[in-house]
Amino acid sequence: MKLSDFVGELSLEVKTCKEGLEREITGVYVSDLLSDVMANSRAGDIWITLQTHLNIVAVAGMKNLAGIIIVGGRKLPEDTRQKAEAEKIPIMTTPLPAFEAAGRMYQKLKQQE
Amino acid sequence: MPINIDKEIEGSFQIIGGNFVNAGEASTQLKLLLSKLGVDEDIIRRTAIATFEAEMNVIIYAAAGRMHYHITPRGISIKVDDMGPGIEDIELAMQEGYSTAPDWVREMGWGAGMGLPNMKKNSDIFKIDSVVGEGTTIEMVINFP
Repeated sequence: MKLSDFVGELSLEVKTCKEGLEREITGVYVSDLLSDVMANSRAGDIWITLQTHLNIVAVAGMKNLAGIIIVGGRKLPEDTRQKAEAEKIPIMTTPLPAFEAAGRMYQKLKQQE
Repeated sequence: MPINIDKEIEGSFQIIGGNFVNAGEASTQLKLLLSKLGVDEDIIRRTAIATFEAEMNVIIYAAAGRMHYHITPRGISIKVDDMGPGIEDIELAMQEGYSTAPDWVREMGWGAGMGLPNMKKNSDIFKIDSVVGEGTTIEMVINFP
C-alpha cells in the first residue's frame, strides 16, 4: 500500500515531497516523543504525530521513515516545510485526531493482509 | 559481509549547544559515511540512534561538544564530549524516564528520559563519565557482525 492510497481516507493535505507519495508503506508508528520514535519506529513506517518543529524531519530522515502525518489540523511551520522539501520527506496534515487517523490506517492496512 | 574498510577512518564533528536547527547533522553525516562504506543496515540503524541521541544531549544541555568517530574493520567507536553542566547522579540519569530537561524541550517531544538508555541499548560497549560543572564524555562501541 502507498501513501497516496490514504490521501482521501484521511483528508490529507500534502505539504511536501509529493513524489514521495508513491513510496510503499510498511507500517505506521504513532508517538509524540522523538526518542521513542528514534528507538521504536521502523524504516518504511508512516509517523503520526502532533509535533511540527524542525527536528521531526531529522528523525524521519535518520530512521528512513516513509513520511509524517501531522494530526489535529496543526499548521506546518515554514522552516519545517522547507527542510522536509530539501530532504525529500513527505509531510501531510490531517484534520483528524491521532486516534482516528491511526485507526483508519490500521483498518486499511489490515484489510490488505 | 562486504565492507569497504581497508584502513581505519577517523573524523569528528563540532556540535553547538542550543542549535536545534541543525540537530541531527553530525549523526546524519556519519550515517551517510557508513552507508557509503557498505556497512550492515542494522549496524547503521543502531549507530544512527545512538549518535543522534548523543548529539541531542549536547544540543539540549551543553554549550558545545564534539563527536569523534573511529571506524575499523571490526566496528565503530564513537566518543562524544561536551562542555556542559555535567551529570550529578549518573545512575539516576541512566534510568528510563528520568530527565532534567526544561519544559520547553519536553514540549518538543525531547527530554523523555530515553536518550542515555537508547544509547546504551544500541551499543555493545557504553561508557559515561561526567564531572559536574565541566562536562560529560560518552564512549560507545558498536561491533560489526
